Amino acid sequence: MCGIAGLYLKNPERYGELGRLFCPMLEEMSDRGPDSAGFAVYRGAEEAAAKITLYDPDPAFDWQALAEAMSADMGVPVSVERLSTHAVLHAKADPAEMRAWLERRDPPLRIMSAGRSLEIFKEIGLPRDVLERFGAAQMSGSHAIGHTRMATESAVTTQGAHPFNTGDDLCLVHNGSLSNHHKVGDWLTRQAGIVFQTENDSEVAAGYLTWRLREGASIAEALEAALSDLDGFYTFAVGTKDGFAVLRDPIACKPAVLAETDDWVAMASEYRSLAGLPGVEKAKVWEPKPATVYSWGAA
Amino acid sequence: MEKLDLAELGLRAVNRRLQGREGAEETAFEVTGLKGEHAVAAGLMSPISVTLKGHVGYYCAGMNKQAEIVIEGNAGVGLAENMMSGTVRVKGDASQSAGATAHGGLLVIDGNASARCGISMKGVDIVVKGSVGHNSAFMAQAGRLVICGDADDGLGDSIYEARIYLKGEARGLGADCVEKEMRAEHLEELAGLLAAAGSDADPKDFRRYGSARQLYNFKVDNVDAY
Amino acid sequence: MSHDHPTLRESSLFDRATIHEIQRAASEGIYKIRGFGAKRALPHFDDLIFLGASVSRYPLEGYRERCGTDVLLGTRHASKPLKLDIPVTIAGMSFGSLSANAKEALGRGASEVGSSTTTGDGGMTDEERGHSKTLVYQYLPSRYGMNPDDLRRADAIEVVIGQGAKPGGGGMLLGQKISDRVAEMRTLPKNIDQRSACRHPDWTGPDDLEIKIRELREITDWEKPIYVKVGATRTYYDTMLAVKAGADVIVVDGMQGGTGATQECFIEHVGIPTLAAVRLATEALQELGLHRKGVQLIVSGGIRSGADVAKAIALGADAVSIGTAALIALGDNRPDLAEEYAKLGTAPGFYEDWQAGNDPAGITTQNPELARRLDPVKAGHRLANYLRVLTLEAQTLARACGKSHLHNLEPEDLQALTLEAAAMAKVPLAGTDWIPGLR
Repeated sequence: MCGIAGLYLKNPERYGELGRLFCPMLEEMSDRGPDSAGFAVYRGAEEAAAKITLYDPDPAFDWQALAEAMSADMGVPVSVERLSTHAVLHAKADPAEMRAWLERRDPPLRIMSAGRSLEIFKEIGLPRDVLERFGAAQMSGSHAIGHTRMATESAVTTQGAHPFNTGDDLCLVHNGSLSNHHKVGDWLTRQAGIVFQTENDSEVAAGYLTWRLREGASIAEALEAALSDLDGFYTFAVGTKDGFAVLRDPIACKPAVLAETDDWVAMASEYRSLAGLPGVEKAKVWEPKPATVYSWGAA
Repeated sequence: MEKLDLAELGLRAVNRRLQGREGAEETAFEVTGLKGEHAVAAGLMSPISVTLKGHVGYYCAGMNKQAEIVIEGNAGVGLAENMMSGTVRVKGDASQSAGATAHGGLLVIDGNASARCGISMKGVDIVVKGSVGHNSAFMAQAGRLVICGDADDGLGDSIYEARIYLKGEARGLGADCVEKEMRAEHLEELAGLLAAAGSDADPKDFRRYGSARQLYNFKVDNVDAY
Repeated sequence: MSHDHPTLRESSLFDRATIHEIQRAASEGIYKIRGFGAKRALPHFDDLIFLGASVSRYPLEGYRERCGTDVLLGTRHASKPLKLDIPVTIAGMSFGSLSANAKEALGRGASEVGSSTTTGDGGMTDEERGHSKTLVYQYLPSRYGMNPDDLRRADAIEVVIGQGAKPGGGGMLLGQKISDRVAEMRTLPKNIDQRSACRHPDWTGPDDLEIKIRELREITDWEKPIYVKVGATRTYYDTMLAVKAGADVIVVDGMQGGTGATQECFIEHVGIPTLAAVRLATEALQELGLHRKGVQLIVSGGIRSGADVAKAIALGADAVSIGTAALIALGDNRPDLAEEYAKLGTAPGFYEDWQAGNDPAGITTQNPELARRLDPVKAGHRLANYLRVLTLEAQTLARACGKSHLHNLEPEDLQALTLEAAAMAKVPLAGTDWIPGLR
């Protein structure tokens, strides 16, 4: 139960403004989700390096030592960049291999995201503080998706915060409440080998899409299939390496607004979140129809 | 005319002033600094006129009595919900559940209305110059919903005695909602509603929908509709 | 086993009631709708006992030493919280479901002893407002009769998300009870079978509820306490979320809670017992640091005696609500109506057809002839007497535990007689320090 905001820049000339435009959008959603906040930013896809975003609450955690150990095992240079409680590891490697190496580590580290352009940052606290802590306003990139959370049936922890990432470069945020996620999650775990880190229904939705994509579906096809496999009330915003998509359930109770100009596509739980975007007064503004997939880019 | 800046005064002070709980008597107000705030001009209770200069959030003009409220922007969820009387006009679009459960007055939406416009309406008149989203007039009990554009799926689902006038196409009618004959009294009623809303649409271009009254009592034959 | 036919063996699976229901379903083709609450045996407050004082603790003297019963509701955000003399309130029951005389009697009875009564799914009547010193106005999905004037003349507002008899379901009122007046108040055609919505029309979920509560406060100038009522299911989370959304008071209605008309499968098969719910709600409030200070908890669903009242409070409730018991106090299921009940195919002690509208006691009906049978003054007084007894009994038990106020009762004053009750109420099995699942 929460607020969602997503911004997908169609015009690469605007990439430098991503963080500056996106932060106020997410802050506007603070009332809807005061418990925790998180955001995904897609940047640097052209560098062709793999990225893993990790979390550890210990401010003295030795990320450099971790990078060196990974580098030694995998035989490639691994660089590390610390942002508050998070760190991003970069390496010319397969993100899945990096993930697997990290999952083998004991004790396991919390993996926030893996991919080639996706980085996910999330923390407990008010959205404004969370964004500031990671310097989100200064970030550039192609698209960003964020979430403010009012925890429902799982704990208020960094882990329970959105967005969720379960496969390379895929991330999902969710406003609503699924009603069959235990069953779907169990099937994905047993039959599809998807590893979940939380009890959260939204992570199951992310895992479901990851599985569909792995089976060869496009994100639009995966979301189409989700309509019959995921039950409950949801508004999803989904990011991929170079795409952005939105889906509401067939009853569509949870709010969602979309706006589009030549430069950008933006989505949020409430219009107020979009009201400050440049050119919004001339944008096409609409509320996504129930059970209808909207997608942009290579989604 | 008195000007109120919501960003400076805060919602509490603005609503108290508009509700006549504070300050000298005044009949016209203009409110700025809205920024999508919720419950703006909710619970007004006298025949004042209020212009809201910008976008508003949820439940703007909620439970309005007598006041004439104009929103120069878009409105969020539940615009004029449970309105009793007066007039609310939004110049932009309205989000979900506009006019929900409203008992009276006139709600005019110059743009489009989203899903469930007029849900459970209980006597209000709603005129939408654009189109409406799915399940509009869901369980609508009384009043009139006029749609100058199109209606999405499930129009008038489980409708009671409310009347729907639709100019464009309905993508689908909800359970127990049927097209009905447009008689002289309906043309006259519709002409009055369009005039009140400031629309120049021709009543003859509209079709009327209402309840088939087949779901009014539990019957085994209706089991598929429940 | 039948007494009439000692050689016949009744199936415990397919007993006579089950066989009868299958036959009824086969002939009518529609689910069974009835009133009253769950009739099956459930773990309840009867499965708990108090540890009265003896050597280690000292009791209070019954008639001389004070045992306070007052309760303040809505102290968190409301500028005008409610102060009730006793912690037993009357739950929401609609005019429509009940006759106007019954509603008036509830108001009279509650007011006589300094308690509150509550409207229902159908709006506020003048009789009810006039005769209720403290009236809670329900804000329901259907919004029948909802208007800002009644909202402002209420003493508190209860946002209803669900009720114990049917969490997840909407209201129901069959055609026989939709009289002219009821139809007009609800803006419905006369004699239809009314199904009201199960979700609110303009919000879904706690994030939207927060905004809705703010709107209600703006309309009522932040004066009124705002309750949020839920049917007991995922009570820990629901309580947490209602508090996050801004509620002043949480009302949790266990599965034993009654109803005017609901599908029987709902009444018997949805929700968790009150015993479990009270503890979950209390834990949520404790977790938030708001228990007994800030947010109040009202618990309902099968409260019948002062012992139930005291036990609910000991487990964490600030007050309880009664519905079914209040109707019985007014005169429902009275033995002197045996002949009339017989004509309806039932008997005193068994009458559950509150949905049908032909209540011989004049309570659950809109038939003017029947409704006239209930004298609101006398019935109100009977209710007041009953409320007094509940209070006296609760005080007696509290004094025996050495408490000078009912609110000083605590779970440690209780032990359980059964494993189920011990696990649900999280108190030790009697004579042990064992709480199943905890220690």
